[in-house]
Amino acid sequence: MSPQTQEAARLRARAALRKGLGTALSYALMLLILAFAIFPFLWTLAISITDKQASGISIYDFPRSLFPPAVTLGNFFEVITKLNLGKYFLNSVIITALTVVGTLVVSALAAYPLARLQFPGRALIFGAIVSTLVLPTEIAFIVNVLTLRDLGLLGTYAGVVLPIIATAFGIFLMRQAYLAIPGTLMEAARIDGATELQILWRVMIPLSVPSLTALGIFTLVGTWNAFFWPSVALLTNDDLLPMSVAILKLKGQFNYDVFNVAAGAMIMMIPVLVVFFMAQRFFMRGMEGAVKG
Amino acid sequence: MKQQAFTTTLIAYAFLAPALVLMGLFTFYPVIYGSYLGFTDYTVADLATGEGPKWVGLKNIQFVLGDPLFQTGILNSLKYLLVVPILQIASLAVAVLVNQKLPFMALFRVGYYIPVVTSISLAAVMWEWIFQKEGFLNWSLQLLNVLNSEGRFNWLLNENTALWAIMLVTFWRGFGYYMVLYLAGLQSIPAELEEAATLDGASAWQRFWLIIVPLMRPTLLLCSLLSTIAAIRVLEEIIVFTGGSGGPLNSTYTALLYVYNKSWGNMLNANFGVAGAAGLLIALVGFALSYVNFRLTREERSER
Repeated sequence: MSPQTQEAARLRARAALRKGLGTALSYALMLLILAFAIFPFLWTLAISITDKQASGISIYDFPRSLFPPAVTLGNFFEVITKLNLGKYFLNSVIITALTVVGTLVVSALAAYPLARLQFPGRALIFGAIVSTLVLPTEIAFIVNVLTLRDLGLLGTYAGVVLPIIATAFGIFLMRQAYLAIPGTLMEAARIDGATELQILWRVMIPLSVPSLTALGIFTLVGTWNAFFWPSVALLTNDDLLPMSVAILKLKGQFNYDVFNVAAGAMIMMIPVLVVFFMAQRFFMRGMEGAVKG
Repeated sequence: MKQQAFTTTLIAYAFLAPALVLMGLFTFYPVIYGSYLGFTDYTVADLATGEGPKWVGLKNIQFVLGDPLFQTGILNSLKYLLVVPILQIASLAVAVLVNQKLPFMALFRVGYYIPVVTSISLAAVMWEWIFQKEGFLNWSLQLLNVLNSEGRFNWLLNENTALWAIMLVTFWRGFGYYMVLYLAGLQSIPAELEEAATLDGASAWQRFWLIIVPLMRPTLLLCSLLSTIAAIRVLEEIIVFTGGSGGPLNSTYTALLYVYNKSWGNMLNANFGVAGAAGLLIALVGFALSYVNFRLTREERSER
């Protein structure tokens, strides 16, 4: 081999080594970040399945407490039977289901004229909906509770749900979906004598299923996790609290049982994780405002 | 033809009606009426007796501006903004990491996104255990020889660390979200550019700061705006970690917590006039920050 090719080979080997080192470093970093992201869940999971009957169990006995010596599902049964978590779980399900259905119906209806009909006042209404994105909504909750009280809806499911189902995000998402549908389809339907409601129901909605699904999933996760608004709207009625609010009440009790609270946390997290893993492509598409950050 | 236009208008408004009624009642009306309340005297006692709000002009604004608690709140909310640049640069860096063409990248992305779909109340449950005196954070620091067992303390009960601890949780719940937004932006950077820089001997650090950050400026600014608005409005985090007290020693008392504690957070002493006035002042700060950011992005747009 000539000295030149030797030199080239050495350079190539060094470049390959550097690249390999870089890749190894990347993976090390990414694993570290992954640990940061999911450690709280792993520890909580470990706590929730720890058999607290076993002697000398402390959740702070690292690293042993991350690998429980005796495993049980007893904490899950206890938190449901003794602390009534089932009731709060059901509240979460009801509030979330009503919010998802409400958001889909309101958005799907309102987006149609904004996307496809010509009528006076359209620009004004569109502008008004855009303006909700910049309005100082931080003071809205003060008055909303007063309004709900006047309507007799304070401390009801409807009181939690009605104020949050008409959103600019939902309406814009559906409007974009309708705008992407070819106008010829609508015209054909009109010529066949279809009414606007029929066009919406038979043409627009079936062709907008991906957007409806995305909106439904974002609303589902957002509502299931929501803490502030339900805690305010249900100020006067603890019986209807969703899990997100109830779990902190459980934890706020004096001498609370760590193992039960961990089990409760897992019960609240698992449905979200299932939905997230099934629908991850919707989240990974990167839609602004999809989840409050 | 006129008849048909009329029918179309009627149908349009019928479809829009649910959204317009709900938005009017629960978005527009509360902002207008809440702003009005800021200039009136209206307490929970008036509510009980059925007495309406009484106009008092700027009295509440003056009171709020002179209230040391509100000043602390504004200061802490501004301090909270420090999370924005750290969160944005870190999220961009993470996005660059998982944007490599290597195996298992999708797995890492999904893992990083899990905190985003976690409720703030669950985050509070889990992270409070981490921040305990005997918690995982102190244990890790002991392992790294940063702390000894006497030096351990509860991060949420120390007035010098409580706000930072809560900011760490905001960071934890946010970086996956912004990572996804940055991943979308990174697709627009031609791969040749980075390859050329690598051939010229640029280190990963140099490539990040000299190529990726400048090219990602529009996305960085947009994400910073979103993040700034969220940070100045920080409230939920404080409620779940401190039970609404803003403690220890008001070190986590933020501006919006003031609004909350002057209204429904402390129902028996609620003073809607003061709460409304404070809310208006916070909205002004928010507008000012958004305006600064908007100007920055406009310069960006005109450069292009």
